[in-house]
Amino acid sequence: MGGLEKKKYERGSATNYITRNRARKKLQLSLPDFRRLCILKGIYPHEPKHKKKVNKGSTAARTFYLLKDIKFLLHEPIVNKFREYKVFVRKLRKAYGKSEWSTVDRLKDNKPSYKLDHIVKERYPTFVDALRDLDDALSMCFLFSTFPRTGKCHVQTIQLCRRLAVEFLNYVIASRSLRKVFLSIKGIYYQAEVLGQPVTWITPYTFAHDHPTDVDYRVMATFTEFYTTLLGFVNFRLYHSLNLLYPPKIDGQADVELKPAEGKEYAMDSESYLEKLSALSASLARVVAPTHEDEVEMDEFPVEGETAEQMDARKKEQEALEKHKKLFEGLRFFLNREVPREPLAFIIRYVVGRLSLGRPATPCLPPPVTLRVPPPQWVFDSVNAKLCLPVADYFPGVLLPPHLSPFVTEQEGDYVPPEKLKLLAMQRGENPGDSEEEEEEEEEEEDENDKEEEEEEDESEKEEEMKLKKMEEQKTQSNKVTAGKLRLEDKQRLEQEQQSEEKRLAIMMMKKREKYLYKKIMFGKKRKVREANKLAAKRKAHDTAVKEEKKKSKKARRA
Amino acid sequence: MLPASIIGDRRRRARRHFRNVPAVPAGPFHQRTVMPGAAPAPEPWDLWPHADPGGRGTKGRDEATGALGAAACSRYGQPKKAAAGRAHARPCHPGVHLLEMVSPALTPLPSAPLQDIRNTVGNIPMEWYQDFPHIGYNLEGKKIYKPIRNKDELDMFLEKMENPDYWRTVQDKMTGADIKLTDEQVDLVHRLQKGQFGDVHFNPYEPAVDFFTHEVMIHPVTNRPADKRSFIPSLIEKEKVSKLVHAIKMGWIKPRKPKDDTPTYYDLWAHEDPNSILGRHKMHVPAPKMKLPGHEESYNPPPEYLLSEEEKLAWEQQEPAERKLNFVPQQYRCLRAVPAYSRFIHERFERCLDLYLCPRQRKMRVNVDPEDLIPKLPKPRDLQPFPTTQALVYRGHTSLVRCLSISPSGQWLVSGSDDCTVRFWEVCTARCMKTLPVGGVVKSVAWNPNPTICLVAICVEQSVLLVNPCLGDKLLYGATDQLLESYVAPEEERVQPVQWVTATMEEHSKGVRLVVQHSKAVKQVTWHGKGDYFASVVSDNSNMQVLIHQTSKRWSQNPFRKSKGLVQCVLFHPIRPYFFVATQRYVRVYNLLKQELTKKLMTNCKWVSSMAIHPGGDNIICGSYDSKLAWFDLDLSTRPYQLLRHHKKALRSVAFHKHYPLFASGSDDGTVIVCHGMVYNDLLQNPLLVPVKVLKGHAMTLDLGVLDVLFHPTQPWVFSSGADSTVRLYT
Repeated sequence: MGGLEKKKYERGSATNYITRNRARKKLQLSLPDFRRLCILKGIYPHEPKHKKKVNKGSTAARTFYLLKDIKFLLHEPIVNKFREYKVFVRKLRKAYGKSEWSTVDRLKDNKPSYKLDHIVKERYPTFVDALRDLDDALSMCFLFSTFPRTGKCHVQTIQLCRRLAVEFLNYVIASRSLRKVFLSIKGIYYQAEVLGQPVTWITPYTFAHDHPTDVDYRVMATFTEFYTTLLGFVNFRLYHSLNLLYPPKIDGQADVELKPAEGKEYAMDSESYLEKLSALSASLARVVAPTHEDEVEMDEFPVEGETAEQMDARKKEQEALEKHKKLFEGLRFFLNREVPREPLAFIIRYVVGRLSLGRPATPCLPPPVTLRVPPPQWVFDSVNAKLCLPVADYFPGVLLPPHLSPFVTEQEGDYVPPEKLKLLAMQRGENPGDSEEEEEEEEEEEDENDKEEEEEEDESEKEEEMKLKKMEEQKTQSNKVTAGKLRLEDKQRLEQEQQSEEKRLAIMMMKKREKYLYKKIMFGKKRKVREANKLAAKRKAHDTAVKEEKKKSKKARRA
Repeated sequence: MLPASIIGDRRRRARRHFRNVPAVPAGPFHQRTVMPGAAPAPEPWDLWPHADPGGRGTKGRDEATGALGAAACSRYGQPKKAAAGRAHARPCHPGVHLLEMVSPALTPLPSAPLQDIRNTVGNIPMEWYQDFPHIGYNLEGKKIYKPIRNKDELDMFLEKMENPDYWRTVQDKMTGADIKLTDEQVDLVHRLQKGQFGDVHFNPYEPAVDFFTHEVMIHPVTNRPADKRSFIPSLIEKEKVSKLVHAIKMGWIKPRKPKDDTPTYYDLWAHEDPNSILGRHKMHVPAPKMKLPGHEESYNPPPEYLLSEEEKLAWEQQEPAERKLNFVPQQYRCLRAVPAYSRFIHERFERCLDLYLCPRQRKMRVNVDPEDLIPKLPKPRDLQPFPTTQALVYRGHTSLVRCLSISPSGQWLVSGSDDCTVRFWEVCTARCMKTLPVGGVVKSVAWNPNPTICLVAICVEQSVLLVNPCLGDKLLYGATDQLLESYVAPEEERVQPVQWVTATMEEHSKGVRLVVQHSKAVKQVTWHGKGDYFASVVSDNSNMQVLIHQTSKRWSQNPFRKSKGLVQCVLFHPIRPYFFVATQRYVRVYNLLKQELTKKLMTNCKWVSSMAIHPGGDNIICGSYDSKLAWFDLDLSTRPYQLLRHHKKALRSVAFHKHYPLFASGSDDGTVIVCHGMVYNDLLQNPLLVPVKVLKGHAMTLDLGVLDVLFHPTQPWVFSSGADSTVRLYT
């Protein structure tokens, strides 16, 4: 006996969490302000392990925040700014009400603003952390940069987003770090490898947005507020890692032209600058003018414990990457009016193609390669495949080959579309063209066979009758005792059967929990196989249908 | 003296006015102060002649007219408010007007043309002077005496009757005199009573002239010339402006800088300090990245990824949250034909919501190779011998075969069936040696385990038949018959729970030797290892469920005084004097010598169906109807050492092999599972249980599969009887 009475929910996990409303009261913030703060500071609810314990015995649905997170918010200087802003809005409203326009102007001039620099640093203590979390930031900036300059959100935000997005694209071009592109029905996915971190983002197709009514733009704007700050700092750092000026300046002639007479430092203020930058066609100015394109030969340091094979693999990968970077070297592209300009310019510039719009800018150097008229998909597919694909498949009038997602890496047992198989073979250096021809030949042969079969049909019927007769004879014979046949046992099959039986018996001996887990895993696997089979069957059906169609058309032509 | 008194009176009045306390009437004090003075106080009635009997002092008049004026004012109150604009236009106050109008009529009174008998007491309640002869003081400070009122009621009446002006006579409270109202005054009173304006000439319905309209008039309302200051520049302002100009010239005041909204960026991570990572980052759960798109999201996907019509329909009917894909794969001829994705902003927004509203939790993803989960067991091949294939099928029964038993030599097999027969088979040839019709459903058969006795106990309805099958060695079964016949009935009849009846001749010829008749249906019979005792289980709810019989002495006993539940089956320990009784959920172990309960095993099953004991005697298996098999190690615990869930349906019977480390279980799912159950002599090593074979052979009939399993006493063979009216042998 003795000691204090232990009360329930006063220690342990119950004290680690705090409900949203309590947190809000503790911070003395309104719900919208609290949400804004959470968005900016990256605070999110946590799902406790034992919800009932945390919820003091109740099972009501509540969102819980970590108490530590909320305490950490208490010292946030932005909270004060929020309050100031609230006061500002109140004053402004009053001034409007009284029609004191000079007060309104004065208040507007002194509108309280805050900076998010320290929050960026806090949320991403290292630069790599920031890069890892860049996906959403980029996607959001690219989306906002396509918004019209009216309504929905502040024009400055949209302009800033546009500027940051273009700057990032320029960085990707300068650093040659684009890896994958994918034309989806939602938009265009890009994946770049920035300092070893894969960064994926999606841009919408350039159409006017049909702004939905059930979307809260204030939430998106708050996210964008943070993302623009983050992206600005990331861009700065990235540009400096490449020895480029930030804010970027266009190299060479363009720079001279751009230099404004008024002596302004940046061309940033002028719209034309951004336009030129977003043309993505000029290279950027460097901090230190490069004497020559001196690529430093990388020394190789064998990592300990790495086998020679791994080394080779790495080397190969490196080489492939180099090759990838020089994919369109020496090619000159003329973009038609109808193709989406920006993504193509971005990609072609990235892979060292040279870009002209409509007409060649410099007159009449004979193009080094014969003129090609492939549709844009060829460019995307080639970049993904890391080789110049045969143009023949892409000529106008030809049904385009399917555009495959470069983000899918098929594991064993997954369904691999035949196009992908072909592509893989191509990458390995085999020539898939032959097999295709063979296929066609086969098809022709088959056609011939069909004819023969038609002729043979009568004969075959006769044969079948004969067979039936024979069968009947055999049946009558079966009543008699016949010499037994030695049944050959398939040893391999037996072995397999035995093994599977052993496995079945062992499964019987599993513990209940493990058995449950095992069954779950196996169920998942089976489902995967089922799906793969379904896709394969669908493909087969489609192929046969196409073949039939072809045959019919051929016959029609012959007739 | 007098002025002082007046002053005092006034002061008191003022005080009272302020304090609002009832004041003492001035009279007595006044009188007292006056009394010691020169003049003796005159009698009030002496002084009356001084006062005008009409009592019309200016003061009094003022009072009266004031009162009237006030009344008029209150009358006027309403219309004045209603027509405020008009009121402005009026030259003077109606009250004042009234006074002017009334006073000339009152002043020229004949009785006191020169005397001003105004009462100076002021506006006080006149009751204060009730008890005094005077009623106040005139301007000179002389007392005003009340008029002598000696009129009695009669006088009053006469006055009323005779005086034609009586109706217009009012008493002036201030002077106490009667005043006769003039015609004008009477008119005024009448008008006021009717609610009309006091002034006869006042027209309340004059047309309004709006002087101060909202419209700008060409002429000023007033003719006042403008001030000079209104057209001379202000000097103060001039001074202020010049100061500002000076400050600007001197550079003290600078124009406000335009605000620069463009954010400035710098190298934020110039000094990366990994130690600055906050403590809360330990609990940080980074948001999972968005799923990368697959082939189906392509604008031109391979044809197999497009949805067929049915799939599309199914997709539409699914809840949006349940859909595997949140879009329908589409194929477009070329990039130019691809439209905008209508849900792009939605998806971004949902991602935002996920990022800041969705509770996050670290989930341990199981990344196990399923093969690792499978326990490593010795291979069945190494655990041979065990029955692997079906060797023989014993056909002959026409209904389900409920029970099996085998002779200790292993040569003969007996089976009891629902077709009311018991059949004896030769094991090696599957030949039915004998068929014994018993006239009832056979619930259980048990071959005497003593090799020197050839006797089979058979449960048929309410009796247990002891049958000599007359198979095998003639000497042996002859000896059994002799043994049974050698019984000598005891001298005194003992009370027994059952009746031992010797078989009739007819029955004897069939092989039945003895019939033990129970009071209720018998479920199970089992022999003790030595072959003399056997136990039977009666389906009953009382303590008479279990009976132990002795064949040689032909007497039975009921070992239990109390029922402990529905007994499912009983067993004798093969070596020691233990007796196992399985109720629905527990197995009780009784010591027969000490006659006490030694152990109670918890089976963890819902309903025990059968039980078998390891020949070593230390391990028990229990099969249950909830498809579990519990292995008990009696030395280890009273709880199962292992609970095997191998069967999919209810277990009907379990069996141990006499010599080999094998046990088998038969179940309603039609399979017999043979397991290797090795028990080690070393007490520290736990038994090893490995399933080695699943034997399938019986066809499912009536939802029943295998009803009984039995091991051959010497060979690693297992028999099973099934609902498909066959008995099968697996070797």
